[in-house]
Order: sequence, then structure tokens, then C-alpha cells
Amino acid sequence: MDFLVAHFSQAVFLFLAFFSLGGAVGVVVLRQPVHAALSLLASFLGVAGLFVLARGEFLAAVQVLVYAGGVMVLFLFVIMFVNVRAVGKEAQYLRPLVPLAVVGGLLFSALALTAMWALGRRPPADAFPLVSVAGQEVGNTEAVGWILYREYLLPFEVVSVLLLVAMVGAIVLGRKPKEMEKA
Amino acid sequence: MIPLSWYLVVSVLMLACGLVGLLVRRNFITVLMSVELILNAANLNFVAFARQLGDLTGQVFPVFVITIAAAEAAIGLGIIVQLSRLKTTVALDAVNEMRG
Repeated sequence: MDFLVAHFSQAVFLFLAFFSLGGAVGVVVLRQPVHAALSLLASFLGVAGLFVLARGEFLAAVQVLVYAGGVMVLFLFVIMFVNVRAVGKEAQYLRPLVPLAVVGGLLFSALALTAMWALGRRPPADAFPLVSVAGQEVGNTEAVGWILYREYLLPFEVVSVLLLVAMVGAIVLGRKPKEMEKA
Repeated sequence: MIPLSWYLVVSVLMLACGLVGLLVRRNFITVLMSVELILNAANLNFVAFARQLGDLTGQVFPVFVITIAAAEAAIGLGIIVQLSRLKTTVALDAVNEMRG
């Protein structure tokens, strides 16, 4: 028990990591798209918890709101819209599974080797992200907002225009063919 | 304190799951979900390094990544809706009209 108290954050980390990785595996192996979507939801929530552990409280909130709230609803909506039962009966994986798995394995091992190499080069000592703006202690959201709106204002505006374009595109794509002909 | 390497291991494993799903799954919807997994792994790396290096810029970029992911999901799902109207299936190997 004392061990658990002393290593509380590690225990929470392992629990959340198990949660998010289990969800990630579920996305790949589960047959029904609805089950895969719910598994993805578990993964998103686990990652939100990991963000909190890494002192990214604002991002955790955004993760829950945008991913678990918005994107998941979109996925589930489309899964309900498309005929799921017909999907469930078909083969689950693409035909030449072995070459694809080999390509994936090669890519993964290249990445893992790069990660090992990068880990060998010791990063600087652990430090907390800055939580003081203009000499004042502020919360995580305010600190992120300062950086976002002062140093990254242009990317922020560009990405909001991109979101608008995507929204218009999704509406156009979602229309029925008859309406497409009329337009 | 949680070491940086723990985060990186979780991130690389999540990336691997996303990569495998992206390559081998036959269902278009699940492939899109795998892309979301990959973007999540990238976000995890950003946040872990933000904590390690004490630089909050690493918590700003995931905001952009999440925006891109939302846009990608909206467009991808719109394409799926049209595809299901056109072909009555969302299997990726059923869409092979452009094959030479």
C-alpha cells in the first residue's frame, strides 16, 4: 500500500496507458465499426488523462470536448447512416495481408529504432512548463492562450479558415445526388 | 515523476496500432479511426516534450493538430456517405475503378 501511495502518479499513468492502448488495439481488431468507435472513445479518454498527468489540463479538456464529443458523434452518426450489418459480414482485412503487415512492421521498427536512438541522447532535466505570464502565476489555459494568441496568431487564423473550408466541403459532400444536380 | 520515455513508449505503441489499422483494415471508417489514433500519438509526444523541456509551445501545437483531425474526419466521413450511396459498401478494395 505504501508503495502504491509513493508511486501514485506512476500507477495512474500505467492505468491510463493500458486504457488508451487497449482502445487503440480494439480499433484495429474489432469487427463491428460501432465497437471500434467505442474502443476509440476509450482511447481518447485515456489520452486525455495522460494529458492531465503531463500538466496539459487545457488540452485534456479540448480532447474530451472535440474528440470524445464532436468527432466521435460524427463517426457514430456515419456508422449508423451506412449499412453496418452488410459491413459486418464481409472480410475484415484487405486481401494481401502479409505484404501490408510487412510494410507496417518495417515502418514501425524504423520509427522504434529512431526513438531508441533519440532516447539514448539524454534530454535536459525535467522542468515544469511555464505557468507565469508577466511575472504572475496563471493557470494552464491562460498560459497556453498567451502563447497561442501572441506567437501563433497567424497559424491560428489559417487553421480556422481551413476548418471553415472543411465544414463547407463536408456539407457539399453530404448532400443527396439530386440536390447536387440542381446546384 | 513519470519519465519521458514512458510517454514515448505509449506514443510509439499507439502509432503502431494506428499504422497497422491504416494499412490492413478493409473498412473505410475504421481506416479513418486509425488516422485519428496516429494524430493522437503525435499529440501525446508534443505534450510529453512540453513537460520535459518546460516549454508550453508543445501544448499549443496539439490544438492545431486536433483542428486538422476534426477537419479530416468531417471530410472523410462526407466522402464515406457519398461512397455508400454510390456503391452500397465502404470496403476500400471495392473502389477500384481507377486501377489501370
